[in-house]
Amino acid sequence: MDLLADVLAWFIDPDNWQGSTGIPNRTLEHMRLSAMATAVAAAVAVPSGVLLGHSGRGGLIAVSVVNIGRAIPSFAIIALALPFSIRAGLGIGFWPTFLALVLLALPPIFTNSFTAVRSVGAEVVEAARGMGMREREVLLGIELPLGGPLILTGIRVAAVQVVATATLGALVGWGGLGRYIIDGFSVQDNVRVFAGALLVAALAILTDVAFGVTERILFAAGGLRGHRPPARMERPA
Amino acid sequence: MPQRTFLATEPLIRWGWIWDHLDEIRTQTVEHFILTGIAVGIGFAIAMGLSIVALRFRRTYGPVTWVTGVLYTIPSLALFAFLVPYTGLSTLTAEIGLVSYTLLILVRNIVAGIDGVSPAVREAAVGMGYSRARLFVEIELPLALPVIVAGLRIATVTVVGLVTVTSIIGQGGLGLFILDGLRRDFYTPLIVGSVLSVALAVVIDVTLAGLERLLSPWSRARTVS
Repeated sequence: MDLLADVLAWFIDPDNWQGSTGIPNRTLEHMRLSAMATAVAAAVAVPSGVLLGHSGRGGLIAVSVVNIGRAIPSFAIIALALPFSIRAGLGIGFWPTFLALVLLALPPIFTNSFTAVRSVGAEVVEAARGMGMREREVLLGIELPLGGPLILTGIRVAAVQVVATATLGALVGWGGLGRYIIDGFSVQDNVRVFAGALLVAALAILTDVAFGVTERILFAAGGLRGHRPPARMERPA
Repeated sequence: MPQRTFLATEPLIRWGWIWDHLDEIRTQTVEHFILTGIAVGIGFAIAMGLSIVALRFRRTYGPVTWVTGVLYTIPSLALFAFLVPYTGLSTLTAEIGLVSYTLLILVRNIVAGIDGVSPAVREAAVGMGYSRARLFVEIELPLALPVIVAGLRIATVTVVGLVTVTSIIGQGGLGLFILDGLRRDFYTPLIVGSVLSVALAVVIDVTLAGLERLLSPWSRARTVS
């Protein structure tokens, strides 16, 4: 395949590995912004989801958040963030992309945190209360560790989505790996487009895999096993 | 970086523009709907085939969800970009990408729906002499309908969102307005395209929910957990 040979040549070309438009810098930009957006979203959405889940109320809110979050296209979020960012004096590039990505990451993290706490068996929570645990202890010692895997799943889903959507940041003047695709399109350079797509896809898949591994290390045998409920509780027959 | 001349004073909405472009707005909304319909239709057909295989030969379910899962993880713009050198800036490129995003959701829901059919019901049907195919079409599919429609709703709403991205590879639909707004530094089309794509997703979602209620009257009485 001619194209694939050209793409390979593009990757070998040392010019593409240097400077602010080089692969290392673009990748770093992409990863840094994605990590920041996911972290900020998690800092907001995990506590609120967990607390609301613990309170036993807000089921409708959780369902609405997930539905609304899904209905708003990520492209629309990034585009809409632009006028508001400019009006707020934050300009183009970093801020509209960052704001959009945070907004995008909130719903999956919130809903999963909410569901995680909610799905801890009532009998477990009752037992904890019966043993004299306070609400705080029930939340931190029982619900949070048991809900951990699901909370992490929410962050994982959000992170992958954020890495994917950060690509569109190139349309509002930001850098990142999306630049190769968007700029490639505008000068009809299929090689650059394809190379950029490879990099973005690899980063998204790597993000997913990295979270999968983290999940296994944290919650599989040897990790927080002491906190894990017996299998039959996890999967009612 | 492209030169930006965005002004903080540009109003978010210029109603005059909307009034002047009503025809084009209608055309692109229909286009958006058609692009979505084709993707979900073809996606559903493929997903049904994959699900039948996965249900018949259990071992294939893992690989099927793995492959569709990887497709689902690839960012949409990247997936379109992979296809452009081969299929060009065409509707085909857009549809291949869109269809591949529906598969994971649909296969998961179809298989989960059929799996959820009570074994007692299945045995009763087999006892009455139902063939495998008839059991599937007349018993399992209708009973799995709520779960399958739930999958269809998620897939459709997802695709409505992704169709906006296809404007970047030269397709029509409401994303055209968003892109136009970004390129011309003009907020109005940007907001019109975004708002209408959300509205379209919600309308289709509600319609499908209503359709499900019509098609499976027996599930109405059941309490939803």
